[in-house]
Amino acid sequence: MFPFNYLQSLGQYLQLMGRTFSRPERLRMYAKQYVHEMQKLGTDSIPIVLLISFFIGAVICIQIKLNIQSSWMPHWVSGYVTREIMLLEFSSSIMCLILSGKVGSNIASEIGTMRVTQQLDALEIMGVNPAAYIILPKVCGLITMMPFLVIFATASGIGGAYATAYIMGIITPADLTEGLQHDFHQWFFWMGVVKSLFFAFIIASVSSYYGYRVEGGSQEVGKASTNAVVACSMLILFSDVFLTSILS
Amino acid sequence: MIEIRHLYKAFEDKEVLKDISTTFEPGKCNLIIGQSGSGKTVLMKNIVGLFTPTSGEILYDGRDFVKMSKREKALLRREMGMIFQSAALFDSLSVLENVMFPLDMFSSDSYKDRTRRALYCLERVNLKDAAYKYPGEISGGMQKRAAIARAIALNPTYLFCDEPNSGLDPKTSLVIDELIHGITQEFGTTTVMNTHDMNSVMGIGEHIIYIHKGEAAWEGSKDEVMNSDNERLNSFIFASDLFKKIKNSPSPSAAPAADTSPL
Repeated sequence: MFPFNYLQSLGQYLQLMGRTFSRPERLRMYAKQYVHEMQKLGTDSIPIVLLISFFIGAVICIQIKLNIQSSWMPHWVSGYVTREIMLLEFSSSIMCLILSGKVGSNIASEIGTMRVTQQLDALEIMGVNPAAYIILPKVCGLITMMPFLVIFATASGIGGAYATAYIMGIITPADLTEGLQHDFHQWFFWMGVVKSLFFAFIIASVSSYYGYRVEGGSQEVGKASTNAVVACSMLILFSDVFLTSILS
Repeated sequence: MIEIRHLYKAFEDKEVLKDISTTFEPGKCNLIIGQSGSGKTVLMKNIVGLFTPTSGEILYDGRDFVKMSKREKALLRREMGMIFQSAALFDSLSVLENVMFPLDMFSSDSYKDRTRRALYCLERVNLKDAAYKYPGEISGGMQKRAAIARAIALNPTYLFCDEPNSGLDPKTSLVIDELIHGITQEFGTTTVMNTHDMNSVMGIGEHIIYIHKGEAAWEGSKDEVMNSDNERLNSFIFASDLFKKIKNSPSPSAAPAADTSPL
């Protein structure tokens, strides 16, 4: 019964994606929704991304400086490790984990509420494909915005590291700069961007699936929202292992 | 015209609709009545295609809806308008944008013409003043009227109403009934309405089908409903003291029609 349920969910998810990626009835309306979703899911997430990344960048720099760096290590190691962590994992994987909480629950609860208030049925009756009209702009919007969020997260994290240098004086700005520039591989940046595209698809599509399948009332909407966040987090962590091994 | 022939619907082992056959004629308010849980919403959802019947035929002017492809169904649905029990307006859009939505999606008219048409529909339901308000800012009755305006935006051939008076006070219910009846006559739509509101039955029920435990137990008009000798129908119709008194009054069919008709 246990694997059967998962297989059934996978089948339903694939069917929903089949309906989602179908020809739009009117491209202009979809484009309007796409821009709206970019703003709602992407632009509105920038403040939280900047805030979290700034403090995480600062904390990583402090931790490395105080607990790892010693007289046996080169003076640039704190900046170097901060950059690598921010580029390789934090700005893509961890940031997407955080966003799966914010964006994922938002998507699942929005679509779930539309389901229980018959708004999806209303679309269906009008001859509009509700899966495509509601989900497709969300998936495309988040995939478009996610690389920018990754760039903002990385930049803000490095800004946080500089804050420890200039405000707290834990590390000299020159050492930090040297570490940030030491042995830089451009591919590491692109790796984060590529991973974030996959994670964006997971967050938007899986959360939409949970919202779309809601039956009942507000309690079920809340449950779907929680399940969506849990499923997205698990899938991001699993796929991170595979993507990292493939892309490294 | 919508013809339903030998319609069955079962959910796993439970048979909800059993051999329903009826005809909904254009220009008339066709009412589906019955107790809660009798299967009238399931019947409505089968007719509009939200459920797929286990067996049977649903013919829209001779076109079998059950056998249609997804694309054909989508095209036919553009001839339908539906008013949901919860109004089902899109929260993120203003009332005007809600009414314009089907026009934006399917009409090739200019923006100016679409706006004009939407404002006309809002005016038709006396809601022009609330055009720029959001669904959360207006009352339940106004939401229902906005839903009616949205449903008629594309000049539908078939209009479906799922308990449109649910949750409304009697006066507002009459306004909604009057609007639905007026639109049906004005545009010649085939209107199918799900209700257990007896005021609607007596006011606008030109053709009534009574569903009892998934079966079509009785069919007739509002004039016939009061004099029917069908026991199941009578136990449903005359459940309230008011209608018991009306039945026992000297002229049973005339009294409620005169009192409740919004026309």
